[in-house]
Amino acid sequence: MALKGNLRDFSTTQLLNLIHLARKTGCLTVRTSSEAARLYFRDGKLIHAHTANHDGHLATMLVKAGKLTNEQAQKIMARPEGRNDVQLGMLLIKAGHVSREDIIQSVRRYMLDIVYTLFGWYDGEFEFTPDALPSADRILIPVNLEQVILEGSRRLQEHERLQDELPDLDHTALRFTNGADARLRAVNLTVEEWRVISFVSPRNTIRVIAQANNMDDFQVRKVVYGLIQAGIVELVRPTGQMAALGVPGEFGAEKPPAIKRSLIERLINRIKRI
Amino acid sequence: MQAVKIVITGPFNAGKTQFIRAVSEIDVVSTESKITDPAERIKEETTVAMDFGRITIEDDLVLYLFGTPGQRRFDFMWEILSEGMLGFIVMVDSTRPETFREARYILQVFRSYAPTPYVVAANKQDLSEAWSPEDLRIALKVDPEVKVIPCVATDKEQVKNVLLELLYTILERLELEEAGAEMEH
Ligand SMILES: Nc1nc2c(ncn2[C@@H]2O[C@H](COP(=O)(O)OP(=O)(O)OP(=O)(O)O)[C@@H](O)[C@H]2O)c(=O)[nH]1
Ligand SMILES: [Mg+2]
Repeated sequence: MALKGNLRDFSTTQLLNLIHLARKTGCLTVRTSSEAARLYFRDGKLIHAHTANHDGHLATMLVKAGKLTNEQAQKIMARPEGRNDVQLGMLLIKAGHVSREDIIQSVRRYMLDIVYTLFGWYDGEFEFTPDALPSADRILIPVNLEQVILEGSRRLQEHERLQDELPDLDHTALRFTNGADARLRAVNLTVEEWRVISFVSPRNTIRVIAQANNMDDFQVRKVVYGLIQAGIVELVRPTGQMAALGVPGEFGAEKPPAIKRSLIERLINRIKRI
Repeated sequence: MQAVKIVITGPFNAGKTQFIRAVSEIDVVSTESKITDPAERIKEETTVAMDFGRITIEDDLVLYLFGTPGQRRFDFMWEILSEGMLGFIVMVDSTRPETFREARYILQVFRSYAPTPYVVAANKQDLSEAWSPEDLRIALKVDPEVKVIPCVATDKEQVKNVLLELLYTILERLELEEAGAEMEH
């Protein structure tokens, strides 16, 4: 089964959300005309990332985090064990140069920086290779994608796509998803997000929520989009309107169900015989 | 004579016409026309107003299959076609993620017409670039209780299977309603 396409059609947010929900293991490669990145996942968690320009070795990450100087890194990388991140990490900890926590934080920061830049790519071919994992000498820090998606969406400065995802603020409301309370506990929300959360109800259109919080269309879209992608809220038709729309259709109460059931059973029997 | 209908909808080039052709007993009355817009020239013909197929159930009962036009500029036809339908099928070309957003839009529009049962057909599963039905479910944000069924519209058995799954869904809904009605008495 392929999982291939272009970010134009299926955004970074949507991709990460899919990987998270389907608890995928494997490697996501994304290529734009000028850049490329590889992200690795295990059971739907991000475990490693690097770009075409940065090899993703520990020495490089520690330079970026200000724990090593460029010269130190160059010296390390010139030696064979300097290319084995796990070994190098242990050496540096033993030498008292960095702490275990420093390493974890630097690796994490490095991966997240790469993922967050991906949110700014709107055009690029992607492909997911199932079960591909980084080599064994890399340090893998599992990162929960829910938080990443929320933060990435926060940074998502793209009016058009938001407009596309949430076209109609006047005729859409929000409700909490089934797992919302557990997710709310697992993520850190901004003040704005809490403000929106406090108005979540099928009775309030998104427009009403925006007005109550003095947010403009873009702000409220951004917050709502992030909350949807994090699986905390979902879109519903406002209940105030449901009554107006509740015109009984053809499929409904007028005909006694017994007749209709036998009718459907006849259709089923006939189609089986085609 | 009673006539009932099922609507087959979905984005441009999803395989709706193919689907109806696979099971219709009459040559599909198609309103295909040559494609003039170069952006859509990935195939020769497209459905303009609708496709129309028929399955005679018994002397007194026929099932009509209506296929909607895939292009947005014909979407004024959608509501007309969906009137009084038993249920609908959203066909998706599983190999073309660039059409998924459109598929979501179509799904929402049809759902808004009436609370009619529906299923999603993940079409073109014979092609290697096809996204799996599970991935499509997430990509299209399909409700958990709605079936996403793998499909190859050129294969009659698979088309039958999608139709049957929709009919089972309708049946389940009727049984629920019946149980609900009994509870009220
Ligand atoms: N490989 C493969 N090709 C398919 C399948 N279903 C349809 N096709 C092909 O896909 C193309 C589009 O099919 P159509 O049935 O014309 O699609 P449509 O949804 O009616 O398209 P519009 O009417 O233009 O919206 C045709 O070339 C079909 O032969 C399938 O399951 N597998
Ligand atoms: Mg057609």
